[in-house]
Amino acid sequence: MKKDAAKSLSVFAAELAIYSVLVTGYFFLVLHVLGNWLYQLETQHRVLYAVVAILLIAGQAVVLDAVSTGLLRLLRRYWR
Amino acid sequence: MFFPISHSHINPLYLVIVGFVIGILGGFFGVGGSFIAGPALRLMGVDWNYAVGTDLAHIVGKSIVAARKHRTLGNVDMKLGMIMALGTIAGAEGGAQLIQALKRAGNVNTVVSWVAIVVYVGISVFMLWESHKTLKLNKGRSRRPVSDVKAAVSKADHSAFGPVTKKIQQMNIWPMINLPTSGIQISLWTILAVAVVGGFFSGFLGGGAGYIRMPSMVYVLGVPTHLAVGTDLFEIVISASYGTFTHAIKGNVDILIALVMHTGAVVGAQIGVVATQYFAGPKIRLAFVPLPLIGAAIVIYTLVTGHKF
Repeated sequence: MKKDAAKSLSVFAAELAIYSVLVTGYFFLVLHVLGNWLYQLETQHRVLYAVVAILLIAGQAVVLDAVSTGLLRLLRRYWR
Repeated sequence: MFFPISHSHINPLYLVIVGFVIGILGGFFGVGGSFIAGPALRLMGVDWNYAVGTDLAHIVGKSIVAARKHRTLGNVDMKLGMIMALGTIAGAEGGAQLIQALKRAGNVNTVVSWVAIVVYVGISVFMLWESHKTLKLNKGRSRRPVSDVKAAVSKADHSAFGPVTKKIQQMNIWPMINLPTSGIQISLWTILAVAVVGGFFSGFLGGGAGYIRMPSMVYVLGVPTHLAVGTDLFEIVISASYGTFTHAIKGNVDILIALVMHTGAVVGAQIGVVATQYFAGPKIRLAFVPLPLIGAAIVIYTLVTGHKF
């Protein structure tokens, strides 16, 4: 039981480390590129901005969930 | 990092950590965590209107992840969630209209603060009493291993409030809705009443109002706690999307802040969801007790000191 918990913890720590690197890259690449465009959209086309905002947050949720789940699966296989 | 939409400078790491904490709470309790996210954004100098709207956008993303996880664990009653979403949207609009009326009367801050304190403390006291009593009742029962066939039945948990819930379920007001996933049959009007009340508090006090909807689903509708958490999250996806849309049109959403916060929430939500599997329903409800009290403490602090946090 204790062995399983330690294994889960190390898998999670590894996932967190890889995830942090990915997220940092995401900040610099995606948000930097999208920042100005979203700002323009928010000031000029509010309805379109509202639709894009929901699509972005929903899309990010699905993609990041898939990335983190995939990472966990990969790491568990590697740790086995 | 500069966020041009809300004109604020915030360290992204701070947003990720706030998102992570709220993600754990959301995954475990099925709540949006607005009573922490709002003040956390305000603390960084984000205006209240952006804090409320951005928090809603962040709740959409976080709830999608947590609801998907709960769905794979069989914790989402889609039919119940869809019906509740309709009531929540109507209630949220009512709550928002009352806020507008109080704004016009000039006493919105005082009234909302007192209602928030009464609601938060009331929920905590009731859940503390109920879960403590249920755990005491369950103490004598033997713990038998549960077979796969009985897995669905094992989601059902006991509540000291059970007799009242049974009476509510027996109210035969047409149309009666059969919810096989939750294992209950109940009047459509009861479901809508719960959803409208939850939605009203969402519109009146902000956020997803999971702190009132999740307990209502357990105690009033009789939905097992694990299913109430998952279904609440699924329902929040729909109602918070609606909230995000209307707030974005009014210029209250900084989606860049929401996107950064959400990166932390994804990991937090996974931990929260997995953790629900290791706790029985009454224990989840008992652990929920301090959360509304934190919200009440923040409101009392702002009321006494006059600071906006």
